[in-house]
Amino acid sequence: MTSKSIFFLKNTFKIFILVALFLVLPNYIFSQENVHPQQDKEEINKIEHGEVKEPFNFSEMILHHIADSHEWHLASIGHTHITIPLPIIILSKDRGIEIFSSSKFHSEGELHEGEKEEHTYKGYYIDEEDHKIKHVESDRRIVDISITKNVASMLISIALLCGIFITIANRYRNHKGEAPKGIQSLFEPLIIFVRDDIVKTNIGGKNAEKFLPYMLTLFFFILFNNLLGLLPGGANLTGNIAVTLTLAVLTLILTLLNSKSNYWLHIFAPPGIPLWLLPIMVPVEILGVFTKPIALMIRLFANITGGHIVILSFVGLIFLFKNATVALASIPVVVAMNFLELLVAFLQAYIFTLLSCMYIGSAVEEHGEHDHGH
Amino acid sequence: MLATLFNIFLQAAANNNLAVMGACIGSGLVAIGAGIGIGRIGGGAVEGIARQPEASNKIQTAAIILAALIEAIALIGVLACFLVSFQLK
Repeated sequence: MTSKSIFFLKNTFKIFILVALFLVLPNYIFSQENVHPQQDKEEINKIEHGEVKEPFNFSEMILHHIADSHEWHLASIGHTHITIPLPIIILSKDRGIEIFSSSKFHSEGELHEGEKEEHTYKGYYIDEEDHKIKHVESDRRIVDISITKNVASMLISIALLCGIFITIANRYRNHKGEAPKGIQSLFEPLIIFVRDDIVKTNIGGKNAEKFLPYMLTLFFFILFNNLLGLLPGGANLTGNIAVTLTLAVLTLILTLLNSKSNYWLHIFAPPGIPLWLLPIMVPVEILGVFTKPIALMIRLFANITGGHIVILSFVGLIFLFKNATVALASIPVVVAMNFLELLVAFLQAYIFTLLSCMYIGSAVEEHGEHDHGH
Repeated sequence: MLATLFNIFLQAAANNNLAVMGACIGSGLVAIGAGIGIGRIGGGAVEGIARQPEASNKIQTAAIILAALIEAIALIGVLACFLVSFQLK
């Protein structure tokens, strides 16, 4: 027997499996919707009888999952949409406060052919392009303070944060000196990590106690909201630039309010700079006071939103090709990206808190506390 | 032949497709920049750990912080490209 025939004899099973897969699997790749003209006629019949079928709009799907909206859309099974309508609260000068549910903007009953989805309620309607609430009379000034999806998610995360950390604080207060138990032992390493490695190393000795509550709140707020956004049906709160803007502005306000004269001296007269460079350095340093929080804001927003967009794109590929075989390639990538997003959630909370501590630390430093190097 | 090429170019420019292509190319260039920067950090960090394994904790922390700072600039670039492509839709 030749070595080649021995090879085929020893590995017949593996060769058989390989050949079978090679002949069977490609058939799934070629299975698509509406390949036969017979089925196309059925589709056209459906459209004529009032059921509308639209082509898959990729970017609209992604934007819908990332952007804020006035209702919380959880899932769609066939033609039923599982959504939680959220209250819309509008302030206007003559009508005062108006509160109503966002389900008033959707027509009740079946969709007739040619009828648009949204209609007006009390003169208000949601603009299709920028998804804002507007009034039919365009010169009315309205203030929209509705509970949108992001606001509802923030309230949920606030409830979660308060529940967890007030429980932990009570345990520390009531069982002084005892070993930590339960949820206390889950969060204690994280709290000590933030206190020792982030706050105490970057803010000088006595001031660390002053800023510890804000830093702990900041860290856990960002961490919890990053993680909640990864859940299916979760809202993209820290990927909303208004939220990250607020967090960055808070850090900026804290930095400016607690700044000592040494901080401003370093801005207007940086040590060790030749005189002719000062006209360039001083505006750059003054701009630097503002660009640092702006970088904080964009860093958190872009990291979280970018992660969501990547995951949504890979899942959307399956619907773009209208073919189930794409899922074989797409779903493992999505699982790997989700693990990466877990890491990014923690890392972004850490970086935001760390950089906030570094900025506040440089603001409250006394002269001579750090080595100048000259 | 030149006329058809020019025609295609004019169509692409009129439909804003060229601008979207430009935004996409820009996004790719940003990724190259981020890759080079973070690659250099990685190289320096790994070499530092190899020279002195006791300092690996500090080196790791510093490397992660620097990578996040560079990533921020890269993501600002990607954000700009995104805004262009969504404005033009």
